[in-house]
Amino acid sequence: MSVDVPTGAANAHEANAAGTVPLQLVHLAHARSGDKGDTANVGLIAYDPDHFDLLREQVTAERVKAHFGEMVEGEVERFELPNLGALNFLLHGALDGGGTISLMNDAQGKVFSTALLRMEIDVPADVVETVADRGRVPEGWSVEDYG
Amino acid sequence: MSDAPSDAVNDSAADTIRIASGQGFWGDDLDAPVRQVEGGPIDYLMLDYLAEVTMSIMQKQRDRDPGAGYARDFIPLMERIFPACVERDIRVVTNAGGVNPEGCAAALVEAGKRAGVAGRARVGRVEGDDILDRLEDLIADGHALTNMETGDPLESVLDRVRSANVYIGAEPIVEALGQGAHVIVTGRSTDTALTYAPMMHAFGWTRDDHDRIATGVVAGHINECGAQSTGGNCLIDWWNAPDMANVGFPIVEASPDGTFVVTKHPGTGGRVTRQTIAEQILYEMGDPSEYITPDVVADFTTIDVEEIGENRVRISGITGGPRTDFLKVSIAYSDGWKATGTLTYAWPDAAQKARAAAKILRQRLDRLGLEFDAVRTELVGWDSTHGQLVGEPPADLPEVQLRVGVRGKDRAAVERFTREIAPLILTGPPSVTGFAGGRPRVQEIMAYWPALLRREVVEPHLSVHVEEV
Repeated sequence: MSVDVPTGAANAHEANAAGTVPLQLVHLAHARSGDKGDTANVGLIAYDPDHFDLLREQVTAERVKAHFGEMVEGEVERFELPNLGALNFLLHGALDGGGTISLMNDAQGKVFSTALLRMEIDVPADVVETVADRGRVPEGWSVEDYG
Repeated sequence: MSDAPSDAVNDSAADTIRIASGQGFWGDDLDAPVRQVEGGPIDYLMLDYLAEVTMSIMQKQRDRDPGAGYARDFIPLMERIFPACVERDIRVVTNAGGVNPEGCAAALVEAGKRAGVAGRARVGRVEGDDILDRLEDLIADGHALTNMETGDPLESVLDRVRSANVYIGAEPIVEALGQGAHVIVTGRSTDTALTYAPMMHAFGWTRDDHDRIATGVVAGHINECGAQSTGGNCLIDWWNAPDMANVGFPIVEASPDGTFVVTKHPGTGGRVTRQTIAEQILYEMGDPSEYITPDVVADFTTIDVEEIGENRVRISGITGGPRTDFLKVSIAYSDGWKATGTLTYAWPDAAQKARAAAKILRQRLDRLGLEFDAVRTELVGWDSTHGQLVGEPPADLPEVQLRVGVRGKDRAAVERFTREIAPLILTGPPSVTGFAGGRPRVQEIMAYWPALLRREVVEPHLSVHVEEV
């Protein structure tokens, strides 16, 4: 079975036997990250509140830890903010010591946010059809349009 | 102006007060506070200048010059806006005092005279958060100031401590406002207090108004990063953010009932939506059900966020619990040296060339017998932000910047590393450029030591001074 995926959902694949499609989080959520010492936080916010349960079920602390692999030395904690349709993750030991110790370009974890949006989750095919693609610059957009 | 506090308008009206954010960190948009003062009615202007490492930078400046140690940008800024603030009864609350609130306030008084507000304005300052000179006594009295992350006692690094400041709450600011100060300069006041102290003052909230103060904490969290809540650094539909060159900074319209509306001045760029606010609420968030401040423990999970108009978002539903017996201490200590060097490699096989260069650089460092605690190689343009998530670089990558950093306890070794970058241009892989910046700079590492301290050993040392310009 083939499913129309949102424009720009380049990493979306065909539905599997369970009727779900792997979809990158960038199509379902936006995010912001920051730091506290050697810990990066990532707040993940569903574009559509109806998709929050999908995030809650699948974007678990364990899956996020596995996603980041060697980038996160310590544990991953998860907190829920259902009123914002959001999850908050603490990635411990992600910043090479953090603060002024860190040798990382991203010493303050500012873009762990979009690194999380690379993760794929399994989205029911009928839900994929309802995903308005909001995660990427629209086709035909130019910087002339900005400002 | 009479001796009576000049806050009659704010206090007696007590309907809503407008608290504008004008600075999200030391180095933010210099003109933003001016736009906040000139762009429409506001009652308070909050300016946040401090981050975790800022205090140690300021302490270093004060070691060189006893009159320094505060956010210098604040003084010329106030010289520009002081008359307008006095004439429109806009009161300024800021942690620009850094490690020298007294020096900052003295410079501010002089700036006020130059700006022509002598006899019409009062400057307040809050002192006592700086415990650098008290550390030995505190440790002797049994306050170990244990590192919250490692569990080590402060004694183990005491000889290398460069700054030590307690995150203090709103009460001294409220007191200074009550004494009629137009501008209040603090040291390490907690960022959010710069926003909720005016609410406590104007609405007469006491420390037991947990839910209301907690709401003020959320307002402070939205204000404390400037335009990051009005469209700046905001991922959602970023390409549609209007007129960011003229971005409006956030303004909190607080109500006595403990709700507030976030907005910005008309005619400014950026935007205030449910999503821009949601992103900022999650910024630097820990456990959202336990956001600990010196004055209250706020629960962000009960929040209601509602768009009530264009660029108007209403926040309500926040709950809070009583403050804890402890205050957080921000300690910075010297922990070695570091340097980072970069070179740019061009197509074809740019990433392969860069990695080969890093390899021979490491071999040379080894041959020189230099020892480091860490050596880190990143490819800017490929993996320096998303690490191994991006896989292997393609051979046709147009260009990449090699970024190699080292850190260690031996300054001479780090210094020698900085002299090993340029030689790679003629002694390593080809198609290399981008050394125009010169030799990398050796930086002292200021490590952060978070600790807790019982509030009763801090609060008796806090003091408020209000003086006429």
